[in-house]
Amino acid sequence: MSTIDLPMPSLGTALVPTLAEGETQTAKDFSSDQEVRWCPGCGDYAVLKAVQSFLPDLGLRRENIVFVSGIGCSSRFPYYLDTYGMHSIHGRAPSIATGIATAREDLSVWVVTGDGDALSIGGNHLIHALRRNVNMTILLFNNRIYGLTKGQYSPTSEVGKVTKSTPVGSVDHPFNPVSLALGAEASFVARTIDSDRKHLTAVLAAAAAHRGTSFVEIYQNCPIFNDGAFDAIKDRDNSHALIPLTHGQPITFGVQDEATGLGDKALVRGAGGGVEVVDTASAAADAIIVHDAQNPDPSTAFAISRLTDAGYLNRSPIGIFRQVDRPTYDDQARAQVAVASEAVASKGTAEERLTALINGGDTWTID
Amino acid sequence: MERVGPNVSQTKQVKQLDRVIIRFAGDSGDGMQLTGDRFTQESAVFGNDLVTLPNFPAEIRAPQGTIPGVSSFQIHFADHDILTAGDRPDVLVAMNPAALKANLGDLPRGATIIVDTHDFTKRNLDKAGYSSNPLDKLGEVDDILAGFQVQPVDLTGITVEAVKEFGLSRKDAARAKNMFALGLLSWMYGRPTEPTITFLERKFAKVADILGANIAAFKAGWNYGETTETFVVQYEIKPAKMPSGTYRNITGNLALSYGLVAAGVRSNLPVFLGSYPITPASDILHELSKHKAFGVTTLQAEDEIAGIGAAIGASFAGQLAITTTSGPGIALKSEAIGLAVMTELPLVVVNVQRGGPSTGLPTKTEQADLLQAMYGRNGEAPVPIVAPQSPGDCFAAAVEAARIAITYRTPVFLLSDGYLANGSEPWAIPSVEDLPVIDANFATEPNKTVTNAKGEQDTEFWPYLRDEATYARPWAVPGTPGLEHRIGGLEKGEGHGNISYDPANHDKMVRIRQEKIQRIADSLPPLEVDDPSGQAKVLVIGWGSTYGPIGAACRRVRRAGYDVAQVHLRHLNPFPKDLGEILKSYDKVLVPEMNLGQLSKMLRAEYLVDAQGYNHVYGLPLKAAELAEAIGALVGETEGREVNLGEHGLNLPADHEEAPNA
Repeated sequence: MSTIDLPMPSLGTALVPTLAEGETQTAKDFSSDQEVRWCPGCGDYAVLKAVQSFLPDLGLRRENIVFVSGIGCSSRFPYYLDTYGMHSIHGRAPSIATGIATAREDLSVWVVTGDGDALSIGGNHLIHALRRNVNMTILLFNNRIYGLTKGQYSPTSEVGKVTKSTPVGSVDHPFNPVSLALGAEASFVARTIDSDRKHLTAVLAAAAAHRGTSFVEIYQNCPIFNDGAFDAIKDRDNSHALIPLTHGQPITFGVQDEATGLGDKALVRGAGGGVEVVDTASAAADAIIVHDAQNPDPSTAFAISRLTDAGYLNRSPIGIFRQVDRPTYDDQARAQVAVASEAVASKGTAEERLTALINGGDTWTID
Repeated sequence: MERVGPNVSQTKQVKQLDRVIIRFAGDSGDGMQLTGDRFTQESAVFGNDLVTLPNFPAEIRAPQGTIPGVSSFQIHFADHDILTAGDRPDVLVAMNPAALKANLGDLPRGATIIVDTHDFTKRNLDKAGYSSNPLDKLGEVDDILAGFQVQPVDLTGITVEAVKEFGLSRKDAARAKNMFALGLLSWMYGRPTEPTITFLERKFAKVADILGANIAAFKAGWNYGETTETFVVQYEIKPAKMPSGTYRNITGNLALSYGLVAAGVRSNLPVFLGSYPITPASDILHELSKHKAFGVTTLQAEDEIAGIGAAIGASFAGQLAITTTSGPGIALKSEAIGLAVMTELPLVVVNVQRGGPSTGLPTKTEQADLLQAMYGRNGEAPVPIVAPQSPGDCFAAAVEAARIAITYRTPVFLLSDGYLANGSEPWAIPSVEDLPVIDANFATEPNKTVTNAKGEQDTEFWPYLRDEATYARPWAVPGTPGLEHRIGGLEKGEGHGNISYDPANHDKMVRIRQEKIQRIADSLPPLEVDDPSGQAKVLVIGWGSTYGPIGAACRRVRRAGYDVAQVHLRHLNPFPKDLGEILKSYDKVLVPEMNLGQLSKMLRAEYLVDAQGYNHVYGLPLKAAELAEAIGALVGETEGREVNLGEHGLNLPADHEEAPNA
């Protein structure tokens, strides 16, 4: 799998205190004393391990990291990390994280959520967090099912899905989380897979480094209620299942040509404004789309996201779809407070200014 | 500003009055709120005691000239201490037929009605539902205005003439008619004019012609009173004797906003407001957004839930967190309030109550969200409740709500209402030094000694290990090394705070959370019982904005020669410790409320007292005279005698609120 190599003009963790010279942290430092209680074989274990191993690499002080979650299997995540954390209420984690991130520039804020939590009950908070571009990283564990409530279809389940609540098949059209995030004008949008530790870690590193809201969809298998949902794209014999996106590289996939380094399939502009998969051999070299995650216009990224199967998943682009710099809500909100506070710095203590405030307007004195 | 003397007429007879109630009424676009507000400022600067009642439709511009489009502003001002905006106006200024029709029923016989004849056109009369022009029938057999002193004046026509030199369009010229009306009323009651001239100069500094027209209209109104034969008497209402101090006129929403800023200053915490716009609470969002220099951050969230969610996040991060809304918003925030109860994070939840249920009456007042605040969450989720009693009191109540939230690590309800929010009164500005200092008392060190696996002594941080006296848990904010911990909505194990499904632990934690709220009562002052004679057998008890009407009603009963006691509750949960004893020391307890009996239900449940309700839900404050009659009837029943309040009840002349021995 490709590595992520993007220029990072503004660092997501720029204002978070780092370890002192000589201090080190290991995955063990980030493991809490709580017993992990996911089902055997759950994809969440792999993500937890990856996060615990990756966090020390950030070099941030552990007490300045906050994980916030909503409700669902994945939302137990914060309990297992020895950082600050809040396991909140269903769907609301992005709003709580918005408060934390806006209040404190010195915190690295993470949201752990699932397809039901983020896209169903919390859909509104998700799109507004992405629109505001609050400095935080949202990890959306997409298992395409409701696990904690024991197996109802979710907003990413395919049409026709037979579940406890849809005995003759779901008639709900699913969301494509990446398309949704791009539509909400997210500044960082990526997709990765629980079983590919290297890709997962690389995406997490890029997400943490991005200043603004980083949205990462993680395909995650639920062995109890939706086992095998991602088998087709995890099949190592199926080289056409994944379309890896690497900034600055032509988008090709499949069987690699040793001479050119290109896959046997490529993405080119489609007739209807979208993108199409063609045989690389049949495409003109300059017709193959070179992935530009930093394109201010999200149209191509959106078009690429549409190559994801809406039904059973046989094909999906993965990697960083979009990473653009855009002012963050929290930086600007804090700047407004700082500018206003600076302007009154010479105008007395807070108590004196409060006295002036409440004595403002038309007053009169009775002796 | 210096106190300004009366503007006494040089040519007309001057009569003394002790108090007057004026209602300005017109179309939503006629500027009646501004007119009322200016008259209020003039009266405040002059030194009268006053109380105001703005009353406007929910529609920004309801269909012009219709009854639903009528907007009004009532001011009661006096030479003595008063408590309400008055039951019935002595003077009605009606800018169109709809304003006359909508308000006529509230006037006592003998009241003065000033009408703008210009708008009494066939079309406007039709819209108001008048089949003929009542102004054409004055003195005839079918005169519906018989018994009133009607003063028809072509306000619009004279205004347009007066501002001709400024070259405005006829429409713009006519818009200054509210200033003409203000000038006329200012003359009638000897109001100082300087504050309004100064105000207009500020407001219209950049539009010279509009400024000129408004000042010209204002002066023309004044001169119309002074020079024409239409008005023969000018009235003088002397300044009220008020306790010494510096005063300003203030609305409840402004006082509440200042109180929240003050709480931030006195707790030395940045203030964070997460809010979604809603009537009648939005003013607080607007006001707080102006005070960034005090370290105030305001976030206009995507919805009510996100507003409180962000506030909870900010609280976890160590700020003084606030969310503001009205009843429908509380319904949406309920689950998150439960999260704040479970995580025991400080949070002030402001509910500016309005008429309900559902969307209800957005611009009208009610106090029907008390039980929602008490019980409107899943599970046993106790939340303290603080309620201000007057517009100015919203300041102190906000500081008190923040004190409880921070000291006890809990969400706190601050229950204001639409009447307090928009109504105003002179406010004795407190000294900042006299406000309580609130100690955030952040945790900085591990708080528990444990024996680790190797058998060695070690220290840990237990987020649910409590203060022995208050039961408050430590507030450890991210960034504090060694205190990393996780909180959430799942039940906590006592002390260590890890998830616990243990039945005995849950039972214990439910009781601990309840006990923590109960212990707030240890910090409350004794109640003030107003029982001047000490002989009263009937106690009247209320909460929130009914303080004014209840106080005024009790004064009426006492002036008529009967005994009654009054207690007003600021703390609804927990109740003050002496409340039970006080209730038991009276034969009868009456609970006037703008709901169907919510406090009375709580008192009956808590103290087994036979509390009787007095309940109105008109979307308007209770009327003092009607309430006085109800109190009088209960006094009569209790003491076994006839009670006749005479002029102090519903019999005229009404509306005197002075205390008996004042």
